[in-house]
Amino acid sequence: MPPRGPRAIAKPKNAKGTLTRLLGYLKPHKVRLILVSLCILLSTLAATTGTYMLQSVIDDYLMPLVSQRAAGLAVNYGPFLRFLITLMLMYLAGALAQLFYNRMMMMVSTSTLNHLRKEMFDHMEDLPIRYFDQRTHGEIMSRYTNDTDTLREFLSQSFPQAVSSAFSILFSLFYMVRLNIWMTLLILALTPVMFQITKKIGKSSGANFVAQQKAVGALNGYIEETIEGQRVVQVFCHEEKAKEAFDKRNEAVRVAGTRANTFASMLGPIMNNLSHVIYVIVALVGSLLIVHNPDTATLGMLIAFLPFTRQFSQPISNLSQQFNIIMQALAGSERIFELLDEPVEEDQGYVTLVNARKNADGSIEETKERTGLWAWKHPHRADGTVTYTELKGDVVFEDVTFGYVPEKTVLHNISLYAKPGQKIAFVGSTGAGKTTITNLINRFYDIQGGKIRYDGINIEKIKKDDLRRSLAMVLQDTHLFTGTVKENIRYGKLDATDEEIVRAAKIANADFFIRHLPQGYDTMITGDGSNLSQGQRQLLAIARAAVADPPVLILDEATSSIDTRTEALIERGMDGLMKGRTVFVIAHRLSTVRNSQAIMVLENGRIIERGDHESQIAQQGKYYQLYTGMFELS
Amino acid sequence: MKFSQMVRKYAGAYKKYLLLCPAAMIGEVAMETTIPLMTANLIKYAIPHSQETGDVSQVLLYGGLMVLMAIASMGFGMLGSFLSSKGAFGFGRNLRQALFEKVQHFSFKNIDHFSTASLVTRLTTDVNQVQNTLMMLIRMAVRSPIMFIMALVMALNLQPALVTVLAVAVPILITAIVIIMRLAFPRFQMMMKKYDALNSSVQENLIAIRVVKAFVRANHEKEKFSFSVDDVTATQRAAEKIVLWNGPLMTILMNACVVAVLWLGGHRIVDGNMAFGDLTAFITYIMQILMALMMLSFLFISFVLSRASVSRISQVLEEQPEITSPEKAVETVRDGSIVFDHVDFSYQGDPDNLVLTDINLSIRSGETIGVIGGTGSAKTTLVSLIPRLYEVTRGRLLVGGQDVRAYDIHALRDQVAMVLQKNVLFSGTIKENLRWGDENATDEEIAAACQAAAADEFVRSFPDGYETDLGQGGVNVSGGQKQRLCIARALLKKPKIMILDDATSAVDTATDARIRQALRTQMPDTTKIIIAQRITSVMDADRILVLDEGRVVDFGTHDELMRRSEIYREVYSSQQKGVA
Repeated sequence: MPPRGPRAIAKPKNAKGTLTRLLGYLKPHKVRLILVSLCILLSTLAATTGTYMLQSVIDDYLMPLVSQRAAGLAVNYGPFLRFLITLMLMYLAGALAQLFYNRMMMMVSTSTLNHLRKEMFDHMEDLPIRYFDQRTHGEIMSRYTNDTDTLREFLSQSFPQAVSSAFSILFSLFYMVRLNIWMTLLILALTPVMFQITKKIGKSSGANFVAQQKAVGALNGYIEETIEGQRVVQVFCHEEKAKEAFDKRNEAVRVAGTRANTFASMLGPIMNNLSHVIYVIVALVGSLLIVHNPDTATLGMLIAFLPFTRQFSQPISNLSQQFNIIMQALAGSERIFELLDEPVEEDQGYVTLVNARKNADGSIEETKERTGLWAWKHPHRADGTVTYTELKGDVVFEDVTFGYVPEKTVLHNISLYAKPGQKIAFVGSTGAGKTTITNLINRFYDIQGGKIRYDGINIEKIKKDDLRRSLAMVLQDTHLFTGTVKENIRYGKLDATDEEIVRAAKIANADFFIRHLPQGYDTMITGDGSNLSQGQRQLLAIARAAVADPPVLILDEATSSIDTRTEALIERGMDGLMKGRTVFVIAHRLSTVRNSQAIMVLENGRIIERGDHESQIAQQGKYYQLYTGMFELS
Repeated sequence: MKFSQMVRKYAGAYKKYLLLCPAAMIGEVAMETTIPLMTANLIKYAIPHSQETGDVSQVLLYGGLMVLMAIASMGFGMLGSFLSSKGAFGFGRNLRQALFEKVQHFSFKNIDHFSTASLVTRLTTDVNQVQNTLMMLIRMAVRSPIMFIMALVMALNLQPALVTVLAVAVPILITAIVIIMRLAFPRFQMMMKKYDALNSSVQENLIAIRVVKAFVRANHEKEKFSFSVDDVTATQRAAEKIVLWNGPLMTILMNACVVAVLWLGGHRIVDGNMAFGDLTAFITYIMQILMALMMLSFLFISFVLSRASVSRISQVLEEQPEITSPEKAVETVRDGSIVFDHVDFSYQGDPDNLVLTDINLSIRSGETIGVIGGTGSAKTTLVSLIPRLYEVTRGRLLVGGQDVRAYDIHALRDQVAMVLQKNVLFSGTIKENLRWGDENATDEEIAAACQAAAADEFVRSFPDGYETDLGQGGVNVSGGQKQRLCIARALLKKPKIMILDDATSAVDTATDARIRQALRTQMPDTTKIIIAQRITSVMDADRILVLDEGRVVDFGTHDELMRRSEIYREVYSSQQKGVA
């Protein structure tokens, strides 16, 4: 988990454009937002007017009452009570408005976030593999966590607070001017001082936080590395050394953290007490005014004016704090929009996969029910006819050239054919281009030159989803999902029955260990299958592919974590699975590929040798050297 | 362990800062609560006085005093910030150190119990959480109650009769806060849980994007996600719906108090029992009192939130290290002989769920032993018992003629080098990593060990040679190179027993053979145990152990096993078929 401290200072690149776009998301809530603004206006108006009315309380009601009493007249509290009731009703209205806008804003922010999250995820699922290959998971993940969190903070807190602060400043100013223009000017003169001090402290505390983050990063990195290697630390009795190195980094965090937090938490008392100072200055000047100029300055004025010094200065310091959050939220939104603007995977395919039936004359006909027989439905644009081709799993590469970036070709002129039921293997060192070839068959990436045909059809004409449905992959890193074992196998075919699942598990030789799990097929798998061994996870991935039952299988280092003996067992089961299927195998371990019809040795993106095991051994080329262990695969 | 106990135990030298901080906060609050009184007196005495006499000196005196008090208050506040930061970060440092030290003494079983990732979280996120809570608590937990008391005293002192207003308002506020928290807290916890689940489902999709695409399950995932998002939104609304009462409630309560004070105070003023100036002061005190209460409720929330972290940290601190050295420990290991005497082993210590069953073996010092067996046959478990990384459940395990439990752990492990299956190198240079084996190794010794491990050649081919920086987790070398460096590191220990757990799986067979040859000639007295998938790696061992499902199936030379062990023959033929 990345350290979640105060966020680094981030500035949006295009604040205005991002804001406009963000507001676009609020458009469906226009009516609500107008109501929210009205309610905020109402509640700030109630608060400021209440303060203003203090003057009236004293000058218009209490003072006369005091003099009435002093003159020995009867005192009538009636008007005063009515006035106070009016005041209370106004406060009540203000509080109700506050409750109303709090609630409304909560609905707006939660539904906006709900909408945005779904949009992000839906869009992300449609992005090409290239997008995921070029970024770290953490990078994409932070769009969903940090960036969305800042946005949430902005919508639910900063936005209403900023509006309310603005209204407060405005109304306070209005009432202050009405109370006393000179004292208002005094306050206006003192405000920039406050601003400057906030800014200065904010700046140095920002710099200190960056230093703290760096120290925390170094410490966390060390903790992670050491704890992950804890077994090695113990085997080498390296505990004391580790402690020493840890202490050094730990102390650095303490020093940097103390400094950064001292500055940051000073801001509160400073602002608070500065407003005290202003309060005192206003009280002082007000008193002097009353003494020297009793006509324009009354006691009621001073008593009402004093709370305004707070009601005016607080929203100002509030706004300056909100400004940072707003900037962060905009920077976060910008990154979210970046994700949403990524072009989705393109698909111009029009050949689809349909259920089919074979007529007596051997022709193929489309049908609705599941027959187990599939066909490619190929509409021809030129003459408007439709032809059906049986799905068999015949794959042909014709002179295929490919590079992840156009300037750097990874595969050169690859030509190969795989007849239905054949097993084709690729061997070669890391970076030779083995995995790349399988990335092309299912169109995770599109080729730059040549053609790939599937059952005689150029795969660019086949709809990607249908193409992928006709292939099953078992990858080097097996990925399982949170859920039960059964659900994970069912991933290969969502409507698979329990019997089909067990059958698939048996094919993959997984049935035995699954039955020994605490809850058998209903055992929960958590955290990418961390409660299973690597080998068991691979067996589940194989079962998942088996249940999908496609004509073409791609096994990319599918058995790398399984020992040879278990692998031999699986292979026996797999032989049944592979019957009548085209299989592409990538393997590090050469014993796995021995019974392939063709073994391709790849080097630097070129096929340098091909042939079956016997002929390759007879050739005494690179394969022979690899096989006899004269070369090391890295 | 409770929060307070934890603070007391680990504050250490920073205790004085944590104790002084409240004093500074008291100073700040004292100033803050006196200023309204001064304002009241300014209005009550100074203004009328100067109105009568035209002498403003009293007004200026009060004013000057108040400015001084505000500055003093600021000083106290800043001091409090410094003390709380210093104290909390010092405490955080000590706590982290204690945790780290504890983990260093953990056995493999202890580590398994927590899992690596969760230990990392406890040392980082959880400690930070507790440290930040302490920083806030130490200031606010003192500030709020003191503020409450001081403001109350001032208010009583000023107008005891008006304090009845508080007698009504405070219970209402407390009841409301308690109800809101009671209702909201479980809902927030639920929300956090759902939110975590949501994020982990995104993470899952990122990791498994190829699977999602290959099986054309994007729509399936979108549906699942949409469902989770709605779930999060619903729980979030349920929680926030309650908390959003906080603000309006506070507003109305404060204002109601103000109006009540105006009404009651108005009567007293008219009756001549109260001055106008007291009115403003009193209103300020009421605000301070209610705000202090509100602050206390926030504190309570963050305190409760940190409880989860406190308990996670305590679990680590209170975990008993399973394996410790005995009182009168044996300090030297005589030789590399190993005897398993009816050894049973279970990770949970449960005799009904054994991973290893009735192991009986006698290995002579200097012998080379191969170990072979399928996935889950407990090869790694078996050898892990030798350096006492795990404790045998039943039976005895002797190394050098002594029960492993009799040795000082470090003395034993110094003599038993183990190259693990999941091996790691650390950030730093190659040389620094190799020195883990022997920190005083000379450059010549390091080079010799690397030659034996067939690593010298490729290390020298790097531009920086032995000074090459490996990067975190040793990312700058290939799998096979990493394995060879790990072997060299173990060789530098010059142990009496050397265990290679599938340590050459990424090394080609020719190099593998060279390494084994070097081990044989350079360490003739060291017992060598080699676990391998590849049969060629164990074929020439003195004896080969065949394990299956935690039991010894056979133990003998290659020729013997070829004659009598079906499993062995099976593995052999599956790997050797086709090689001319």
